[in-house]
Amino acid sequence: MFTYYLELAMRSLKRSPGLTVLMMLAIGFGVAASMTTWSVFRGVSGDPIPWKSSKLFVPQIDMWGPQQISGPGAHSGGHEPPDALDYTDAMALMHDHRATLQSAIYAVAPTVLPAGAGRSPIPVFGFGVYGEFFPMLDVPFEYGSGWQTSDDSDGAPVIVISDALNRQVFGGDNSIGRNIDLDGNDYRVIGVMKPWNPQPMFFDVVDTGGFGGEGPQVFVPLQRAIASGMANAGAINCPKGVQPSAGYAGLQQSNCVWLAYMIELGDAPAVQNYRQYLDNYARAQQNIGRFDWSPNNRLRDMRAFLDYEHVVPDDTHVSLLVALGLLLVCLVNTVGLMLAKFLRRSGEIGVRRALGASRRAIHAQFLTEAAVIGVGGGVLGLLLTAGGVLVVHRVLPPRLADLARIDPALLLLTVAVAIAASVLAGAYPTFRAARVQPAWQLKTN
Amino acid sequence: MQIRPVLSALRKHRVATLLIAMEIALACAVLCNACFLIANRVQQIQIHSGVDERALAAIKLTGFDEKDGVDLNARVLSGLATIPGMRSVSVINAVPFGGSPNNAGITTDAAGKQFAGVVNFYTGGPGSFKALGLRLIAGRAPHDGDYQPVVHFVPDDALVWVSQSLAEHAWPGVDPIGKEFWVGRPHFRVAGVVANLARPSPGEGGPSTIEWSVFVPSLPGAHFAGTYLLRASSEELPRALRDARVAIAKIAPDAVLDTTASQSVASLRETFFQQDRAMAGILLGVIAAMLLVTALGIVGLASFWVQQRRRQIGIRRALGASRGDILSYFQTENFLIVTFGIVLGMLLAYALNLVLMQHYELPRLPLYYLPIGGLVLWGLGQLAVLGPALRAAAVPPVVATRSV
Repeated sequence: MFTYYLELAMRSLKRSPGLTVLMMLAIGFGVAASMTTWSVFRGVSGDPIPWKSSKLFVPQIDMWGPQQISGPGAHSGGHEPPDALDYTDAMALMHDHRATLQSAIYAVAPTVLPAGAGRSPIPVFGFGVYGEFFPMLDVPFEYGSGWQTSDDSDGAPVIVISDALNRQVFGGDNSIGRNIDLDGNDYRVIGVMKPWNPQPMFFDVVDTGGFGGEGPQVFVPLQRAIASGMANAGAINCPKGVQPSAGYAGLQQSNCVWLAYMIELGDAPAVQNYRQYLDNYARAQQNIGRFDWSPNNRLRDMRAFLDYEHVVPDDTHVSLLVALGLLLVCLVNTVGLMLAKFLRRSGEIGVRRALGASRRAIHAQFLTEAAVIGVGGGVLGLLLTAGGVLVVHRVLPPRLADLARIDPALLLLTVAVAIAASVLAGAYPTFRAARVQPAWQLKTN
Repeated sequence: MQIRPVLSALRKHRVATLLIAMEIALACAVLCNACFLIANRVQQIQIHSGVDERALAAIKLTGFDEKDGVDLNARVLSGLATIPGMRSVSVINAVPFGGSPNNAGITTDAAGKQFAGVVNFYTGGPGSFKALGLRLIAGRAPHDGDYQPVVHFVPDDALVWVSQSLAEHAWPGVDPIGKEFWVGRPHFRVAGVVANLARPSPGEGGPSTIEWSVFVPSLPGAHFAGTYLLRASSEELPRALRDARVAIAKIAPDAVLDTTASQSVASLRETFFQQDRAMAGILLGVIAAMLLVTALGIVGLASFWVQQRRRQIGIRRALGASRGDILSYFQTENFLIVTFGIVLGMLLAYALNLVLMQHYELPRLPLYYLPIGGLVLWGLGQLAVLGPALRAAAVPPVVATRSV
């Protein structure tokens, strides 16, 4: 019966090609515009580490007190703690070591001096981290690995470099054990990463704004970086009226915040325990007189923290809404056109009903026709989406455009939305069409 | 105009009428809000930086030792000044649209109680005030004696020049000249007001803070080195900048040229607003697609109605109605439906804006967008219905005499 309805649908669509094309165009346009915007949105708000994001958390401690307002929460009126840690608290948390894995993080921008005469210095971008950073974030390695906990405490001069830097300096060879000159100090290469450039750069959005260019090129032990005076390349935020004195000593003693911090927690009880631990820590600080306010901590998981930091530009959200509006306009449009088309065929329905077709059969016939239109619209939508993504690549800055690409899930969704939209659009006209009184319809003709 | 018969005919097609009206309403809501978003974006793109963008460029060096800063400044200043066409070279910490802001929260009292916002401090060496081309609207220009050594990130106690926008924010309604403010201990006194001076990353603290900038005359030194402001005539600037970038390799082999930051201010501006322009482009595309779909929908349904009513049209023609009467009938019909849609759409547009305002940092939709959106849709409706209406007008009266 289905093939018969399919044949009927094709025949009816062929009878009024203009209207058919119009309906498919409407669906296609709506689907394409909303999907294109959605692909951009998905690209920039995408989860860079979906298999683990629910286990990663960012602790925030209020070391500034209720008089200070800071961070993105400042606008909402709620009193939020700063979105990074000062040196004292970051080190205390590292020392207590209560999470499964943890690392304080700060951005550095040293200069690499390649060996050999006449080679110009290479400015690089990277982070000072702890050894647990690498297993925590599943950093992929081409050669070697991250460093050991002992390297952290010894301040060993080891370094993890990116695949790109390895090609630049060592010609892409296995460079494990070789030395690299960073700001005039020698570091021993202990690991070479595979190309790794998570977007957003979720482990340090406060410093990077979420989207960096080529990805981090170097990772060095945080204590070693500080000891050698490798300057902080990220944001330093100080409470009102505080200005750290020059150099690292000043920064380390101040309560200015400049360290990102990320931890991995296994399960819900562990999260609960860690929250408890943070509160106990803040209360202990209160007892020794460092804080004269009660604990005000946050422990957001990674996604919640990215949201809190407004990493995804607002206008992307708004464009998505606009695109959804367009999809809605197209749907309403299609409902109108289908209504017109189906109602014109009251005579045909009357004949079929008089010959014994049930309402169900009429429903089946017309929904099939609607679905055919949907599939047509979907295919058209696919082509237009492909075109749309191409256009996006031309108009968006490369760093954002690279994230917006067609993927199989998007393709499937496009077709599904098209068919669902058109069947939905066909539902009301079909309902009207099936209610036609056969006798009345036959009589008037 | 024959409104009554049109209305009674529409009553027979309630659902279809309602659908078109709804489509128009949705289109109106989306159109108004999307246009508003675009207008906001365009407004941001067109902000006035207050400096002579066409005549300025920046050179940024990194990777040198702090102790070499003084020597580097001397070498770069004298080296670049010899480039033909170079009008001036001075030390500065940042340029508008170049990023790397020097932000600090200021208070208008020494005790640090009266918070007056987070502002950007431009530190500029001798010559930079004039080179920037800032327009002084009150007070005096900096003298040689006003330039002081940088202690932390700015001089500790200095005369400063503020933008008009900041002056109005910090000291509303009073003469800002001579007013003081603090960043913790460091203390500043306003010596002049400039018409405009945008931040290095305008827009980062919200649209109202774009020009919250302070110019502090500062003496180049170890803590204040590496970024240079070049000025040349706008015709000669591209060549002078190219020459300067080449010359730097010889002048300062110990430093690394930051090529993305070493650009003309005009191209820094271009890059800075790239995303805004792209977003405006996407929104324009969405609007165009939506208007097209709406028009297609009207064409489709109107064509269907014309076909359905061929006999009635024929009868009217036979009874003496002119082609013009038929044409105006369909136009009136469209006008009525679209009007209904627009009324609904204006309410919807306003509601949508309220929702957007609640969730995102968006200003209120100015009311004049609503009638403009309405006019556009009226025009679109009339244009879309013209084809089917002309076809209706072409129906010959003889149709009335045919059965079925």
